[in-house]
Amino acid sequence: MATPSSEQLKMQPLDLPALFKEAGYVAVVVLGLTIGLVGFKTEDVPGGLDIVTRFGQVILATVVAFAGRVGFILLRERRFIPVLIGAGAFSAAMLVLLIGNIVDADQGVGRFLPFESLVVNWLIMLFALVLAGRAAWLWSHTRRSQFVVDREAAMDRFSARVQQGAKFFGPLMLGVAIILPFLPVADRRLLDIAILVVTYIMLGWGLNIVVGLAGLLDLGYVAFYAVGAYSYALLATYLDLGFWTCLPFAGIMAAFAGIVLGFPVLRLRGDYLAIVTLGFGEMVRVILLNWYEFTKGPDGISGIPRPTFFGLPLVRSPPEGTESFHEFFGLTYSPLDRIIFLYYLILAMALVTNFFTLRIRKLPVGRAWEALREDETACRSIGINPRNTKLTAFAIGAMFGGFGGSFFATRQGFISPESFTFIESAIILAIVVLGGFGSQIGVVLAAILLIGLPEFFRELQQYRMLAFGAAMVTIMVWRPSGLLAHREPTIRLYPHGPPKEEGQS
Amino acid sequence: MEYFIQQLINGMTLGMIYGLIAIGYTMVYGIIGMINFAHGEIFMIGAFVSIITFLMLGILGVGWMPLAVLIVMIVTMLLTSVYGWALERVAYRPLRNSPRLAALITAIGMSIFLQNYVQLLQGARIKPLQPVIAGGFRFMQESDFVVTLSYLQVFIILLTLILMAVFTLVINKTALGRAQRACQQDLGMAALIGINVDRTISLTFVLGAAMAAVAGLMFLMNYGVIDFYIGFLAGIKAFTAAVLGGIGSLPGAMLGGLLIGLIEGFWSAYFTVEYKDVAAFSILVLVLIFRPTGLLGKPDIEKV
Repeated sequence: MATPSSEQLKMQPLDLPALFKEAGYVAVVVLGLTIGLVGFKTEDVPGGLDIVTRFGQVILATVVAFAGRVGFILLRERRFIPVLIGAGAFSAAMLVLLIGNIVDADQGVGRFLPFESLVVNWLIMLFALVLAGRAAWLWSHTRRSQFVVDREAAMDRFSARVQQGAKFFGPLMLGVAIILPFLPVADRRLLDIAILVVTYIMLGWGLNIVVGLAGLLDLGYVAFYAVGAYSYALLATYLDLGFWTCLPFAGIMAAFAGIVLGFPVLRLRGDYLAIVTLGFGEMVRVILLNWYEFTKGPDGISGIPRPTFFGLPLVRSPPEGTESFHEFFGLTYSPLDRIIFLYYLILAMALVTNFFTLRIRKLPVGRAWEALREDETACRSIGINPRNTKLTAFAIGAMFGGFGGSFFATRQGFISPESFTFIESAIILAIVVLGGFGSQIGVVLAAILLIGLPEFFRELQQYRMLAFGAAMVTIMVWRPSGLLAHREPTIRLYPHGPPKEEGQS
Repeated sequence: MEYFIQQLINGMTLGMIYGLIAIGYTMVYGIIGMINFAHGEIFMIGAFVSIITFLMLGILGVGWMPLAVLIVMIVTMLLTSVYGWALERVAYRPLRNSPRLAALITAIGMSIFLQNYVQLLQGARIKPLQPVIAGGFRFMQESDFVVTLSYLQVFIILLTLILMAVFTLVINKTALGRAQRACQQDLGMAALIGINVDRTISLTFVLGAAMAAVAGLMFLMNYGVIDFYIGFLAGIKAFTAAVLGGIGSLPGAMLGGLLIGLIEGFWSAYFTVEYKDVAAFSILVLVLIFRPTGLLGKPDIEKV
């Protein structure tokens, strides 16, 4: 923590009592955290609850925390060799056990894994590995460059490079996205995951307008998603309209909902606004849940029509007198056609969102959003109307949420209020935040990371939300402006650098 | 009339629980100006620690109820405080000088994390508990609607009042309370005159968590069922209570909690139960629009 002066770089005798006191303190806290909820598990038995104890795990966690803290302190006190040996040996031992467990879970060394949960074992191993790696790195580099300012600057440079790389990288990814359905690896499962990921990319881009560009923290984005989905589903089932007719309506309805909500609440300060939008999101869900006559409540709406390809349905046997997609083009029918069509549909919608965002950033209103995000008071003083400007951002963001919602409805064919919980808002927000507010490419990477990966690793599914929460905290603590945040102004007064030297702010 | 009195009693009980949670929100907001979104989860953890302690006491054979409740309360307050402390240390202290929104996002992340942590460790099913305190006073026996004031409700209301009294004493008379009030006025200045700001903020979280833990215990005893999701709604409503009373003001938190509890009670009784959560959210929106400083709050001038 302290700035290392030249004296401090010399070895100082280790203050063992202080070391053990600090590590002991951490161990006590971990003991307190784990003894209640890890130490005892409530088990459902007929006629009530029973308790199962897991004290072994509690003691192990405490010991690991103690050892980890000791290693951390030693690292801070520049005693690298013992940390390198200790943590290295520990992680190697854990790795052997883990591999033994993969080879054969019941026989061999794999039985002796310390923690019940495999994920926890892996995490402990990785943590020890990181500790050892850091010790080795610091040992071979005498200069300490772990100051927060240095790290932030390095990350800034890195994200600037990524965003510059996005110029080449972006089209490449787009190309992969376009030919994806025709690649040999593309099966039903992969395409389903791809559709899901692109849906979240689109929602992330939509929310990015609100959160990233205008700086309004919206925790109720799922409300607009729900409005879009229900607008389409209700219009389709009550009035018998098709997907393409309803799509604009769904967007308009969602934008309208955004204006209705935004008008009274947008003058609130950031964190109040966040809570009110959260409340609004929940209100929409509760209304959908309880207005049974209109929305069928918890039963949801089923039989939502599928989209057509310019009026050609993608089904095996179309109704009498109409022609289906494969008949019109003289192809043999494949059930994958519909999935591929849906994939291209959402891809096109996402790209429209992206294109729209990139262009509107250059318009006066887009510039006003970014200015508002940076300093509202300054904006007021130069004559920007904060409420109207925020309202446009809110409505446009909501509109894309609505488009995404009607796609969701048409893809699923069934919607119920269960799909529109707060967690959904939190996931979309996490994508925007992790990607770095305002970064388009960051949203893509974060969506692939957060949505795509857990789909492939189904075993990790139950840890997904846990990891979400942990990732949100870690990234915010480590880099409060977002992973790939790089707040390059879209428009500069002097596009090729200032005429004379000026400090970068 | 009898029906009205019954709803008044029920609403007050509920309001006491919300008020205890709201204290945590309002104290943290008063000192570091952030919404501790994960506070509802602390309340939920309090309820879970309570149910586990109750079950353990049942196994150990502690049969005398007042003793059992006392033990549960102490254990729950202790263990839940550790969570409050760790929450601040891990998630909020590194962000103290960052923009408000960063801290709020961390708080949401922490909330999701804690919810899933409890779900993974304890299972997603609802956890029932046998009624701990049974029986009650019955009034207006002669009319056709009998008003019941259960012993449990008496216990909840009395305990809340005692805790509030102790709490007010701590804030007004002790060194910690003075330090807290100093921090509330100006963190930097408080540090300059020798107050350990980090320690004061940590203790604020510990105190808030202890209050939320008691609220969790009361919730468990009042409803008899809990799951890992209860913290979300209770947290939102308690936050509404804190805002309604004027965020940053302790009597305001209690008053707001009471009002929210009463509104919810009467709404469920006279209108529709389904929309009671909508009522709470609408109040939040209305208060923020028309009186952002709440009933007892002081206006907050945004400085450049």
